[in-house]
Amino acid sequence: MKAFTYQRADSVTQAATAAIKPGAKIIAGGTNLLDLMKLQVETPSRLIDINRLPLDRIEETPEGGLRIGTLVRNSDLAADPRVRQRYGVLSRALLAGASAQLRNKATTGGNLLQRTRCYYFYDVTKPCNKRNPGSGCAALAGFNRIHAILGTSEHCIAAHPSDMAVAMRALDAKVETINGEGHTRVIPIGALHRLPDKTPDIETSLKPGEIITSVTLPPPPPGIQVYRKVRDRASYACAGFSRRGRR
Amino acid sequence: MDEHEPDAEPNAFEVTRRTVIETGATALLLTTLPRAALAAGEAYDNEPLPPPVKVELQINGQPHSLTLDARTTLLDALREHLALTGSKKGCDHGQCGACTVLIDGRRINSCLTLAAMHDGHSITTIEGLARGDDLHPLQAAFVEHDGFQCGYCTSGQICSAVGMLAESRLGMPSYVTEDLTHPPAELNDAEIRERMSGNICRCAAYPNIVAAIKQAAGMPT
Repeated sequence: MKAFTYQRADSVTQAATAAIKPGAKIIAGGTNLLDLMKLQVETPSRLIDINRLPLDRIEETPEGGLRIGTLVRNSDLAADPRVRQRYGVLSRALLAGASAQLRNKATTGGNLLQRTRCYYFYDVTKPCNKRNPGSGCAALAGFNRIHAILGTSEHCIAAHPSDMAVAMRALDAKVETINGEGHTRVIPIGALHRLPDKTPDIETSLKPGEIITSVTLPPPPPGIQVYRKVRDRASYACAGFSRRGRR
Repeated sequence: MDEHEPDAEPNAFEVTRRTVIETGATALLLTTLPRAALAAGEAYDNEPLPPPVKVELQINGQPHSLTLDARTTLLDALREHLALTGSKKGCDHGQCGACTVLIDGRRINSCLTLAAMHDGHSITTIEGLARGDDLHPLQAAFVEHDGFQCGYCTSGQICSAVGMLAESRLGMPSYVTEDLTHPPAELNDAEIRERMSGNICRCAAYPNIVAAIKQAAGMPT
């Protein structure tokens, strides 16, 4: 792991101001970021720890939905009685992801911003346009049965690994952000993640220093919600295919 | 005395396998690695190291003050700085569960978190579960049911099971829970296996691990 300066943020705007600096990264749960740092796929020179910020609450919105703080842990979100009752697809998707230990640590915002599990993105000896723009894509002619079928480009065929994001998309969630100047923004979840096209290294529409503060859910849609995940083993594996539906 | 007869009293200078390995390994490391590399890997590009961080950890009820390279994971802080080697390093990437510890009662992978992120937190490791000579019910059940062969994953399995049973008591559902709004009060085999899927056992002692957990939870085995 490359050396970095560790800093604990006292406020959201302080974190956003620090995060805009080159080489800076926000750390929340850290389960994906530290994994990638150990492999030197991620090499931040400064880590800003936001775990002490008061962004870990789930609140009712006046519209009849929920506002989920970015630091709400995946396990707490899946187990929240309101989520289980009204947004079953979200609970199911969360529980389909990772392991209990990881879900106890992983956060809502971090889950959305986690990186692909493409083998070639993880292997720093291989070309990867996402990790090293312009170097090529080893997955195109490589072992790629876990890769994307839709939304690919000739530069990248990586899939986003999040189960939770699939459910959030089905529920028309919105992502709320703030930057160092204190300006807030609302991004529909469908506009958060970008298709790879020619710049697979730019994965989201977030600007440098822009931090997710919460994710809001509109009132639950009518009908039954289901989440189906196909994978290589019964538990603790990324999806080969996942879909959400309501009827 | 017959030279083959075992000593009736333990030798005052008895050397255990563990002390030999610990002493040998430490001596080897100290002779070959610079101090900062001991916990966190070598320095790169001859850049000066960023300042160390001060961390206060409450581990198994005991306060500990550490000054650490910021890269030090909680697992390395426990093993390399506090000699609490019960928590094991298996994959070091959050996939095997051998490093599982409890933070304020919740199970996490200690390899995928920085010690600095846990300043002021209460941490329970496998060393903190027993009360003197009285084993924790899960430890006793693992012994009784042979919930292991090589034993390397066992401390992680037991810490994970402690956290898992606490989650179940709080009514938290799992992926195999049929009715999300009414999780079962008593876990069946499928629930235990799903909830413990973050702990891998290469010896495949899974049937005995499930039996041990059921016994500790007061269920028929």
